[in-house]
Amino acid sequence: MELMILVAKVIVALFLVALHLAAFCTWVERKGSALIQDRIGANRSAAYVQTDNLLLKPVAFFLRIMGGLGVINTLVNDAVKAILKEDFVPAGVPKFVHALAPFLAVFPIFLAYAVVPMAPDFEAFGQVIRLQVASLDAGVLFLFAMGSVSVYGVAMAGWSGNNKFSLLGALRASAQMISYELAMGISLVTVILVYGTLDLYEMVNAQGKLWGICYQPLTFLILFTVGMAETKRGPFDLPESESELVAGYFTEYSGMKFLVFWLGEFAEIGLFALLLTILFFGGWNIPFFTYPSNHWIWAIVGFHVLLLKVVFFCVLQIVIRWTLPRFRYDQLMDLGWKILLPLSMLNLVFYAALKLSGGIG
Amino acid sequence: MKAPDPELLNVDYGVGGVTTHVRSRKLGDDLHSETMVLNLGPAHPATHGTVRIVAELSGEKILDADVEVGYLHRGFEKMCETVDYNQVMPYADRLNYVSPIINNVGWCLTVEKLLGVEVPKRCQYIRVIMSEISRITDHLTCLGASAMELGAFTVMLYMIEARELLWELVEDVTGARLTISYGRVGGLKYDLPNGFAAKLDAALKQTRKILVDCDRLLTRNRIFIERMCDVATITAEQAADFSLTGPIARASGLNYDVRKAFPYSSYDEFDFEVPLGSKGDNYDRFLVRFYEIEQSMRICEQAISRLPDGPIAVDDPHIVLVPKDQVYGSIDGMINHFEMVMYGVKPPKGEAYIPVEGGTGELGFYTISDGSGYPYKVHVRAPSFIHMGVMRQMLLGAAVADVVPTFGMINMIGGECDR
Repeated sequence: MELMILVAKVIVALFLVALHLAAFCTWVERKGSALIQDRIGANRSAAYVQTDNLLLKPVAFFLRIMGGLGVINTLVNDAVKAILKEDFVPAGVPKFVHALAPFLAVFPIFLAYAVVPMAPDFEAFGQVIRLQVASLDAGVLFLFAMGSVSVYGVAMAGWSGNNKFSLLGALRASAQMISYELAMGISLVTVILVYGTLDLYEMVNAQGKLWGICYQPLTFLILFTVGMAETKRGPFDLPESESELVAGYFTEYSGMKFLVFWLGEFAEIGLFALLLTILFFGGWNIPFFTYPSNHWIWAIVGFHVLLLKVVFFCVLQIVIRWTLPRFRYDQLMDLGWKILLPLSMLNLVFYAALKLSGGIG
Repeated sequence: MKAPDPELLNVDYGVGGVTTHVRSRKLGDDLHSETMVLNLGPAHPATHGTVRIVAELSGEKILDADVEVGYLHRGFEKMCETVDYNQVMPYADRLNYVSPIINNVGWCLTVEKLLGVEVPKRCQYIRVIMSEISRITDHLTCLGASAMELGAFTVMLYMIEARELLWELVEDVTGARLTISYGRVGGLKYDLPNGFAAKLDAALKQTRKILVDCDRLLTRNRIFIERMCDVATITAEQAADFSLTGPIARASGLNYDVRKAFPYSSYDEFDFEVPLGSKGDNYDRFLVRFYEIEQSMRICEQAISRLPDGPIAVDDPHIVLVPKDQVYGSIDGMINHFEMVMYGVKPPKGEAYIPVEGGTGELGFYTISDGSGYPYKVHVRAPSFIHMGVMRQMLLGAAVADVVPTFGMINMIGGECDR
């Protein structure tokens, strides 16, 4: 029983949330950017499916709608294309490292989904179930650690590409991720200080009355900026800036390995949106409403409320990515070290003082 | 873990046997460190096959750079000697293919100077209108591409949308979008179509609207300004030394615009300003182009509102093809047509140079006539080629990330540069 529940949790976390969020982000990236840029976007695949079989007509209709919206193009065609493409490995590279890098970059991201609580506790099969694969006491630290580990994959990818553009991209990526982790860590410490716990579930519970954003807006802004930088997207996409470095650290990757990098990037967007929602936007809490019981119905409601907020942040990140131009390397470092880091330190001192004087918590 | 073979990493794969003076050097510090030679192009997304930049890098900083052009060389000047004066037009289209009408106008003016004729006012005005539309499309392409290369992909597509409106106008007038061959020695291929004024008005209105959006998105964006300001600065003296012209020279504060200095095609009858920069950095170059679009639109509006009636070509059967009704209706018309088709325009012996203000700078055509129907010699003063000479100067000390916007702001057009 225990095992089955665990498997169910993993399925929910990995397939229902992580992969779906990644797929959703890909679709928004495709179709949303088209909307922003006055284009039509992907709309051809399966857009003209016809059938004479009466039973299949509703299926064809559904396929047409999905094709018109570009969903089939993004989810089916892209994957099929990537799998069927030649998996090109350049000459003179350590093949093992080259193959390992994409998975090392992606694996920690999916692993990090394990500690994120997805819904309020509910009662089923005679026991209270928490929709969280691993109920770690130090959930925040685990998230932070996993974010750091994914740097290795990026660095290895850039090194093993045997290409100067890859190398430059990997250097930029490593420097960027490590620099911004400082501000991220200090901001997370501030959050931990305010809520007085390391457990993500407890943090959500602490926001039952008032969302975290209301009393720590600056922490949110810092963490949001840092998060955009950690996902290496938006105005912070220097490691893969396609106009300078061709494709940055994954220049020498093709086919499915390339797609794995992509998937990881979008899963990271989803993860970050999830983290922001849980830390600052009350998780599954709804303003002026408390979940009346721990019936499973309410867990489903909470799960969807959470996802709705997450989707909002995913879309927000993609809109920013399609609006702003890119930083230069030195400007990025300036922003990280000279603005965000001192700001987050001051922020920490402020909240520590507030906590000591009994202002919060 | 087996590291990649260092020998493989350091090989400088020359392209097509072209060698470069840029080599990696040992840096004079205690650590064993050396500079890296990075080969940008010709197969690079930002150089689109037309240029190769070999940069010596210390980290992200460029210590030395070698800019190689010539990947799009087609022998324009030699080819022109094998065709008659009107047949040069399709070749001229392919010089600066973003604003082909200006090339056509420049060539026509040069041959007309050889012939010693002046085209009618209506023709001059139409040439001005079409040249200015081309200039707007040229600038929009340049600005949009640079924005895209800085990561602002949306702005680029907005600008392409505006360019599309203008290219539809060009298509209406000339029947083609890119290789228009609209000019003719002594006149034009067609008159403006019916209702052109209204369409032009609507297109310019829409373009202004789009430019306001782009202005909000980009020119006052903090990230964009920081990326462009104080990068690749060229002083007015340097600009003059490198004989820069066009928006690049004007961004450095050099007040030289061929339309003002040597007015051709009735440019002196229009009221427009020449935007000037002060610092000569990438941002100034961007703004100069941005404001020139507005001035070009003003010229278009003035020209279309004052467009005189009359013929669009000189009335000389030895320069311009006679109308078809005369060809089939009169014996001398038939003979003139035959002569024109078989032998072409025959300017008297002599030479002529005419500069026009192209999208990228002073575009000059120099030609020598030996009295036959074919040019004896043609030379193009291609602004892109001359501007590429300053690229190395601009890149020294800049970052890798600055290469692409600087290259974009030079607005090197392969067809024009390599001819």
